[in-house]
Amino acid sequence: MNEIDTLSDSLLGEIAAAQDEAALEQLRITALGKSGSVSALLKTLGAMTPDERKEKGPLINGLRDKVQGAITERKEALGQAALDARLAAERIDVSLPVREGPEARGRIHPISQVIDEITTIFGDMGFSIAEGPDVETDDLNFTKLNFPVGHPAREMHDTFFFAPDANGERKLLRTHTSPVQVRTMISQEPPIRVVCPGRTYRMDSDQTHTPMFHQVEGLVIDKKANFGHMKWVLEEFCKAFFEVDSVKMRFRPSFFPFTEPSAEVDIQCSRKGGEIRFGEGDDWLEILGCGMVHPNVLRNCGLDPDVYQGFAWGMGIDRIAMLKYGMPDLRPFFEADIRWLSHYGFRPLDLPTLTGGLTS
Amino acid sequence: MKFTLSWLKDHLDTTDTVDTITETLTRVGLEVEGVEDRAKALQAFTIAYVIEAKQHPNADRLRVCLVDTGTGEPVQVVCGAPNARTGMKGVFSPPGSYIPGKDITLGKGVIRGVESNGMLVSEAELQLSEDHDGIIELPEDAPVGMPYATYAKLDDATIEIAVTPNRADALGVSGVARDLAAAGLGTLRTPSIQPVRGSFPCPVKVALDFAPQDKKLCPAFALRLIRGVKNGPSPEWLQARLRAIGLRPINTLVDITNFMTFDRNRPLHVFDAAKVRGDLTVRRAKAGEEILALDGRTYKLNDEQVVICDAHGVESLAGIMGGEASGCDENTVDVLVESALWDPLNIARSGRALGINSDARYRFERGVDPDFCRPGLDLATVMIIDLCGGEASEMVFEGELPESRPAIDFPWSEVKRLTGLDLPQVEMKIALTSLGFHVSGAGERVKVAAPSWRGDVEGKADLVEEILRIAGLDRVASTPLPRIKAEVVKPVLTVLQKRTRAAKRLLASRGLVEAVTWSFISHEAATLFGGGSPKLVLANPIAADLSDMRPSLLPGLIRSAQANAARGFGDVALFEVGQVFFSDEPEGQVIAAAGLRRGTARLEGVGRHWDGAAEPVDAFDAKADVMALLSGLGIPVGGLQVVAGGPAWAHPGRSATLQFGPKGVIGAFGEVHPKILKALDVKGPLVAFEIHLDALPLPKARPTKVKPKLSLSGFQPLTRDFAFIVDAKVAAGDMMRTAQNAERSLISDVTVFDLYEGPGVEAGKKSVALAVTLQPAEKTLTDVEIDAVGSKIVTEMTKRYGATLRG
Repeated sequence: MNEIDTLSDSLLGEIAAAQDEAALEQLRITALGKSGSVSALLKTLGAMTPDERKEKGPLINGLRDKVQGAITERKEALGQAALDARLAAERIDVSLPVREGPEARGRIHPISQVIDEITTIFGDMGFSIAEGPDVETDDLNFTKLNFPVGHPAREMHDTFFFAPDANGERKLLRTHTSPVQVRTMISQEPPIRVVCPGRTYRMDSDQTHTPMFHQVEGLVIDKKANFGHMKWVLEEFCKAFFEVDSVKMRFRPSFFPFTEPSAEVDIQCSRKGGEIRFGEGDDWLEILGCGMVHPNVLRNCGLDPDVYQGFAWGMGIDRIAMLKYGMPDLRPFFEADIRWLSHYGFRPLDLPTLTGGLTS
Repeated sequence: MKFTLSWLKDHLDTTDTVDTITETLTRVGLEVEGVEDRAKALQAFTIAYVIEAKQHPNADRLRVCLVDTGTGEPVQVVCGAPNARTGMKGVFSPPGSYIPGKDITLGKGVIRGVESNGMLVSEAELQLSEDHDGIIELPEDAPVGMPYATYAKLDDATIEIAVTPNRADALGVSGVARDLAAAGLGTLRTPSIQPVRGSFPCPVKVALDFAPQDKKLCPAFALRLIRGVKNGPSPEWLQARLRAIGLRPINTLVDITNFMTFDRNRPLHVFDAAKVRGDLTVRRAKAGEEILALDGRTYKLNDEQVVICDAHGVESLAGIMGGEASGCDENTVDVLVESALWDPLNIARSGRALGINSDARYRFERGVDPDFCRPGLDLATVMIIDLCGGEASEMVFEGELPESRPAIDFPWSEVKRLTGLDLPQVEMKIALTSLGFHVSGAGERVKVAAPSWRGDVEGKADLVEEILRIAGLDRVASTPLPRIKAEVVKPVLTVLQKRTRAAKRLLASRGLVEAVTWSFISHEAATLFGGGSPKLVLANPIAADLSDMRPSLLPGLIRSAQANAARGFGDVALFEVGQVFFSDEPEGQVIAAAGLRRGTARLEGVGRHWDGAAEPVDAFDAKADVMALLSGLGIPVGGLQVVAGGPAWAHPGRSATLQFGPKGVIGAFGEVHPKILKALDVKGPLVAFEIHLDALPLPKARPTKVKPKLSLSGFQPLTRDFAFIVDAKVAAGDMMRTAQNAERSLISDVTVFDLYEGPGVEAGKKSVALAVTLQPAEKTLTDVEIDAVGSKIVTEMTKRYGATLRG
């Protein structure tokens, strides 16, 4: 074994055994530094004959490259080991819970959500949203809507009244959203297409009635709108709202002072295990009232009933919310029980759209 | 309105089933609310003969009966009834039948070791009566094997319909039959009525004692005496009918008036002539007059109510209820029968004022057929003489029937115009005539006269409805409503509507949960929050604590927060966006947005957590919510002033009013005042904000959607920190503005990065540390230039707030 091989074995052995970067650097200096063992061998090349150099040169240079390579390799291995050790030490318990973010806690009330859904559907059909005051006059809530003074139909409304003023006139809390259609007809030229969601009030309180509830009224006035159009609008709405491909609706003749002809509308459904499904089954569920706007109402709003015609409908927002989303009772809607709101409420970004679907 | 199938068949010749009839009723607008078809419910129960009843070997109280049910093979039944005995006839219920009174389905069984293959039932078990003392006993001639319902004439379905206020005519079975006949279900066969010729003059005269303007209170009054009647229980068929619709049979005369009420929508009244003194006067009551009515109650009257009097005084409440004193009983021999017309409005008002809901009131306030006033009395007369004997007087008739209404000018095209349904003229004409309308003329336009019983029909639209409901609403084809313009829909929401929607989403995204609370709150709460105006107090609240229209959303939210805390959920964050009320005019109603946080319900998290427990909420949580709301709504807040001190509901030192100038107040935020918490019985910590969305500045209309040009500086921003010692009461917000204004063109941002009071800082003073960011626009700043800005800031702070730089 010659001198080069011996040195090679010795150096490579020491490099492989080096435990840290400092030891490795020391080895580098010992071997490849100015006065290192390999450097010393390299220096001997100058004094050699060409033949000797031809023979020894590659060996000595090879030794230098080998040592150099071994040091680099060892350095990388040591770096990797050090990184591994650091990472192992830095481990965290990823199973620890994070705080629930505000967007996970916040909720939109089902009534707001359903109003947004209604707005989205009717907005696409070209309806705008009209609103009116909750504190109404007797004239707009009843008289203009063709409720004769003292008529039993008024009594059916269980109205909340305020104290009479100096003229004996008393304001009331609107019993339906229909005064908004009167306000709209008085202030707007046909063609009219509006829906009017809002709060309504009746002196009624039991499992299925609350003294305050929500209705949405719809109104179409032009020179052609007829009962057939109304059927279409309501069918399309119900399909879109309940997100089903088809609904079967039953129009039953009924009576409202402000429409003639009038109808109540039932929607076909099935009830299985307390769950209501539309578009199937053989039960009927009353869902809304509607009709052609009464000629007296048109006249009361300054429209000639032989020229203008149209239809109106009204339905309970809380009711259709219950039907769609399955809340069994109405009263909790207004009790602000955080458990109910968290369960039945909607997430802040559950924005109903027609393109993306009303519900995701 | 209730009636039975057999009653209906008095008026309608039909072979249709109960199901077809009920479907049709609903289809023509007489909505069926319920059908009680006992024949269906009781079809399993048959008449049986007890061949033998002997003592049960293992039970003293039981008997083992061998029963002949008519099927041939005798059946063994164990029976516990004391009256079960050999040779009796009873009602047998086979295994598999449903026993309504027990809500069970009967099975085969072994009772105390003896097999039992059915049951002998009591009336209670069939829900026919409360009688459960023993099993039903039938007469000897009851045919074995016959369905009991058929034998007992229980196979008569009872139908209940909801009658809308316009359809007074359908409050009589005859009117219901007319609709069904018009809809094609058989032929109307209501018997016609022949006028009764009295054999002697009526001895009692009638005076309608009204001022000329009051004549409408009683347009007509018909009266007749029938003498020599024998009153007593009415015949079984009449009693059965009344019972089937929930009325209690009383005596024949009274039962006949009830029958007429339901059969023909013609309420009548009968007076025992022996108890009537002198002639009858119909007049307004005198204030303070009293009457003991047939319901056993005494009513005190006023001059709004109409009464029928004799020489003694008030004998009857006109059109509402008769008086006890002149009522008919078993001893009545001579009876006065009244058939009158009353003013619907007056009847409704009087009935409401007196709190009487009678079948008569219900009909008179909806309007009876005026032309049936006389025939109704004649029909009742015939019935009375048939059932009670007697002899009728001539009819006294005072007042006059209203004139018939003018015919309606009706173009047939109206049906298509309003409904889109194209019907043959002949079909439309048949529909109207079969409902009793009279159509005259021919061609495209006809004259249509409504029958006297249809007081609700006043114009063309009503005729369209009649034709449509008989034709069937299902025949109207659903027709797409064309868009007003063929274009992509334009946005429809107003600024306020958009802001209302956005505010809800925004607040929810901050972890607040949307509540919808009552629009009315207690008077006390309303007053505490700046409301309570008499104009906004309900005259008839549903509950004492729901009396005032809310001036603020906060009372409702605070109450809700407390309710949640009481249920164990104290860390709640709630909001509401909704109407609040400042006057009873439309302008007095505005949309507010309010939010509150209770306990530790902070934005970043609630309650204890391994990463650090959430602190109790403070006013800055509310401020953060409201500022986020404003920024989310795109409201420029550069001009927004945060003025220390809020409304009465807020802690005066921990609240602020938000305003765009003194006249532009938009709301407030802060900690809820301890006094309010106490008054509402609520525990804190509770912080809240409320703003009026109506009060927010409107966005400026811009001609283009292009955003302002973005100009970026090529030079890095740099930050300098300053710590000032100032009086504790100096507002940091003011200091920030001062710093900002010191060199507006260079200073792009100022924040407070530290705040300190305590050891090292003189008492009554605080250290406010500002980080000021400079953004050079044209060149890198030299140290001299930067120092110059710093000096300016320090000088201004010293000048305005007596601030010194902290050493």
